[in-house]
This record gives sequence, C-alpha cells and structure tokens, in this order.
Amino acid sequence: MKSDKWKPWALLAPSLTAVFLLLVIPVCFVVVYSFWLRAPSGGDIPAFQFGNYAKFFADFFYPSLVIRTLRVALETVVLCLVMGYIPAYFFYRTESKLKPFLMILIMLPFWISFIIRTLSWINILGDTGLINHVFIKAGVIDNPLPMLYNEGAVLMGLLQYLLPFMILNIYVSLEGIDKSLTEAAKSLGCTEWQAFKEVTLPLSLPGVSAGCLLVFVLTCGTYLPPMILGGPGNDMIANLIFKRIVGTLDWPFGSALSTILLALLGVIVYTYNRYLGINQIFKTLQ
Amino acid sequence: MENTVGKKDKDPKFVHFRGIVKRFGSVTAVEKMDLDIPEGSLVTLLGPSGCGKTTLLRMLAGLEEPTDGDIFVNGKRINDTPIHQRNLGMIFQNYALFPHKSIFDNVAFGLKYRSMPRAQIKEKVKRALEMVRLPGVENRKPAQLSGGQQQRIALARAIVIEPDVLLMDEPLSALDENLREDMRREVDNLQRMLGVTTIFVTHDQREALSMSDKIVVMRDGLTLQEGAPEEVYNRPANHFVADFLGHSNFLPGEIVDQDEENIRVKIETGDVLLAKQRGAWKKGDAVEIVVRAQRFEVHRKKDFAPDEGMNHFAGRIKDRSYMGGEVSYFIELPSEREIHVISMMRTHTYDYGDDVSVQVSPYHCHLITAE
Repeated sequence: MKSDKWKPWALLAPSLTAVFLLLVIPVCFVVVYSFWLRAPSGGDIPAFQFGNYAKFFADFFYPSLVIRTLRVALETVVLCLVMGYIPAYFFYRTESKLKPFLMILIMLPFWISFIIRTLSWINILGDTGLINHVFIKAGVIDNPLPMLYNEGAVLMGLLQYLLPFMILNIYVSLEGIDKSLTEAAKSLGCTEWQAFKEVTLPLSLPGVSAGCLLVFVLTCGTYLPPMILGGPGNDMIANLIFKRIVGTLDWPFGSALSTILLALLGVIVYTYNRYLGINQIFKTLQ
Repeated sequence: MENTVGKKDKDPKFVHFRGIVKRFGSVTAVEKMDLDIPEGSLVTLLGPSGCGKTTLLRMLAGLEEPTDGDIFVNGKRINDTPIHQRNLGMIFQNYALFPHKSIFDNVAFGLKYRSMPRAQIKEKVKRALEMVRLPGVENRKPAQLSGGQQQRIALARAIVIEPDVLLMDEPLSALDENLREDMRREVDNLQRMLGVTTIFVTHDQREALSMSDKIVVMRDGLTLQEGAPEEVYNRPANHFVADFLGHSNFLPGEIVDQDEENIRVKIETGDVLLAKQRGAWKKGDAVEIVVRAQRFEVHRKKDFAPDEGMNHFAGRIKDRSYMGGEVSYFIELPSEREIHVISMMRTHTYDYGDDVSVQVSPYHCHLITAE
C-alpha cells in the first residue's frame, strides 16, 4: 500500500510557504542585521560584532523601556481579564435573542482600522474633545481635564484594541462547558456562586490562559496607542524600534532591539506554557 | 396504590404533583399534570421526545420553575425551595461528572456541602463506590473510565447524599445496547436495595416495562395512561399507548353484539371477531381491536382447522424477516390492511405469497375506542 502520510502536509504547504517566506526569512534578516555596524555616514556595514547589544545594556534607558513595556502589558492583561470575563460569561449564560447581535458588536472594532479607532480617542479625551467640551459647557470645570497623553489613555487604547480577543477566547472556552455540570453541582448542594467557583471557573481557565497570553504578547509588540495617545514618557519598546528604524534609519540597532524583544517574548511564552500554559491546563483536565 | 414494593406503611403521596403547568413562551410543555409517587417506588415517565417528561423531572429538581401548580415532597411544598436545598439526587444523560475533579472529589462533592467531617466523607465515598461495584477508583479522573463506569460514578455521587428522591433523566441512553441491559439491572437492584423513591425518564419502552413499579405514559404534556407495567402493556387505554409500547396491530371495527363473556366485533374484512368482555361497551361503538404481534398464530391455509372458541381469518404473506429467535411476518388481509405477526416457531417458515390462516384467542383481543 502506498503511504498517504504526505497528504496532510500538502494541505499545509501553502500556509507553511507563506509563513516561511514572509515571516521566518525576514526575521532571519533582522537577526543578521543586528550584528552589522552603522557607518558615520549612515550606511550599513556588514559585520559580526555585539556592539548594538552592548549599547542596549550600557544605558539603563533602554532596559527601562522594556520593563515599562512588560508592566503596561501586565496591566492590560489584568484589565482585559476583569472586563472580558464578565461579558464572556454573560454570552455563555444568556438565552436572549439579542445574543448574535451583541456578538457582532464585539467583532465590530475589527472592521474599523486600528489607527482610526485609536485616533478617535483624541476627539473624546482631548482638551477640546467631547468630554471636556460637555463639562466646560455645563460649567462643571473651568479648564479642560488632562485626560490625554498619559498612561491611562494608553491603557484605554490598548484595552479597546485587545478586549475582543480576551472575550472571544474566554467565551469559546465557556461555551465548551456542559451546562448540566452546573446543574449537577447545584443539585448536590451548591449555590449559584459556589457552582461557578467549583465548576465553571476552573473549566474556563484554558480560555483565560490563552486570552491572557495573547493580550500580553500583542501589547508587548504594539506601538500605535503609546504613539498616538501617550505622552513623552509613555513610549514602549516597539516605539523605540519604530523610531530607530523608520526615524533615524539605524537598522543595525533597531534590529538588535527587535531581536532582544523577540528573545524575551520567546522565553516568556515558553515559561508560561510550561507552567500554566494551555497544554498544562488541558493535561490536568484529563 | 398497590405497587409500593410491599411497604404498606410508606407514604403513598411521597412525591405529589398537583395541577402542574409549564409553558415556554407560547409552547406548553406540561399541561395540568397530577401525579402521585409512592415512597420507595420506581416510577417511569415514558414518552416520545417533547412529551414533557424531562420538563416535569426538571421542575421537581428545581431546574425549571412551574408556570402553575404545586409540587410536594414528603408533605412539604417545595416550589419555592432553591435547588441546592432540595436534597434530590439527579442523574443526567451525559453523566455530568466534573471532568477536572478526581472520582473521589466527584462522589464526595455533595457531602462536602453538607459539612460532614472528612473521615466520614471518606468512609461514605468508599461505601458508595463499593455499592456501584467500582471500588478503588478514587484517584482516577472521569475521562479514564468507560461510559458505563462513568454512569455508575454518577449514580454513586447521587446516592451518597441519601437523597429524598432520585431523579434519572434518560441515564442509559448514551450507553451501547449490551451495556444498557447490564446497567438497567444494576440501577434496578440498587434502587430496590436502597428503597429510594426514584423517578426515571425514558423513551425506551423496554427500560420502562422491566424496571418500573408504575409507568406514566405521556404525550404533548398530557398523561395518557398511568399504571403498573403489566396493566399499561396488556390493557392500553388508547391508540397511542398501544402503539408506543410493543408491536401492536389495530383492527378497526364495530361492535355488533355482546354477551356476558364476549364482545363480537365486525372488522373490515367482514369477519366477526370475539373479544373478552371487559368494561362498558355498547352495540354500534366504533372500536379498534388491539392485538400484540406475538399473540397471533399462523397456519397454512389448506390444512388449517380452527380451535374451539378462537378467532381466525385469512391472509397472504406479504413480507417476512428472520430475526434469529423469532420470525417476523407481514400478512395482508383481504381488506388490504397489513398485520404484523411475530412467530416464535422455528419450523413452518412461510414464504412470500403463501395463503395462511391467522388465529388469535379472544383473551388477547383488547378493545379501545377508535380515534
């Protein structure tokens, strides 16, 4: 009998090719670039040296940006988790006819450009934006409240961007839980809240875990909310990379920063999956 | 109320539904249901899907709220008692074991919420697992057990809390044929041993007939008949019950005469059949004669001589299928009506087109009102 083992791989081939050409090879280029030298004239000189990495650790300004990035990412994860679990749970429990419509509302932001969505906050939070305008007209305040260009505004932008990912991940996980499990728990003496704690919450953890990881990684790599809504002190690591490569055309140093971020995220994702990752949680379920 | 498994002093109205109505929007799931369930008995709610049997069970469990009517358990109205205080053991079709907890934690779950000392919980879980013949599986996860074993764990989890009533919602339907038979006997034995009042919901007539003290046949939210298995099977109250339980034949006809012993019914073929006198019928009533497929005797027409006092009529073999233990014949009567006969005979296998005579005792002819 002829072996058919190659057939599934044939189905995978187009996407594997795309990932290889458009992701793996460019990343390799970036890693190679990070060892190059930058000529005083502005050109790039092929080389193999660690000067770009040394520069990163020589000035605490750079590591401090990484630390801030991780802190903001953690804050975003916590905010998304709290604000995402509740609607996900609502979707799981509701029998309302409005459910499909509300689900579309969750997806709606994906249909509008990320930049437009982020920029629109200026019209709401800015000095002449909606909130300040209304408050001043109503005589509540005399001078506009400074709501823009601080970390709060950045978090707001990140939350708006990432909340749907968290909601959908948790919802999919909740939806997989047989509702008779809660009924069984209640028939055995649990109140609604105890049944949630005993059954629903633990069984939704795989979705929570996946959602948290996704939000964390996406936050670490984003630069638009800090660039548009943040002040001078709110830059994250991706903003620095952007400025180095697009602003000063310093490809070698920008590449070194990118490689450091990539390695850091790699270690974090690996550790996370090892100890409380998706695989681990599924293993405990069986 | 004679079917209380020989416990005369037990409460004949241990579980008591009075005027129960349940509507989901404009759909009526249960309509004005009255039902008494004696203490210690096993009562089956039998009917096709959508007949309201599961809804009735879920209302008792506290998982649905009745639109109207009252539910009493042991003399106490429980309509307003929240589910977690009702002390009922519920068993679900899909087992509903907690997949993230060990078997021990699953079985101990109900006891934990009854604030029982740890040592006592351990002892009770051990005994419950022995009762369902699965000792020593405490540390496994539900997914490591087979379907039948999981359902036994679900059973252990429900009985370990010593519930007032055990509620079973199609507990065997997810199991395969052979396993279902074993589990059915196990549930039956366990129920009798513990003497726990049990309500069993099923659409499987064999489960209902073999284990119940009382069967309640339901359709469209209404009770169509209620009684002991023998009574419901042998003396169905109407066409639906006769059709739903067993292989029934319906011969429509009209009562032409009756005496103290027999009722004479003229059927479509012109033959006049005798049915044993039971109940109040009068001449001219349009009736259906219900005969179970197993009650007919088939004979070759050319050498047939009717027995004294037996009904008989002619027909032709239209179809037959050999089932191993029995042979199934479909026989066409002169009126073009087909009857189904199940013959236990190993010999005399008739072939397509054979002319046969069919004989049946008046004792096996049960009359119902024609619909």
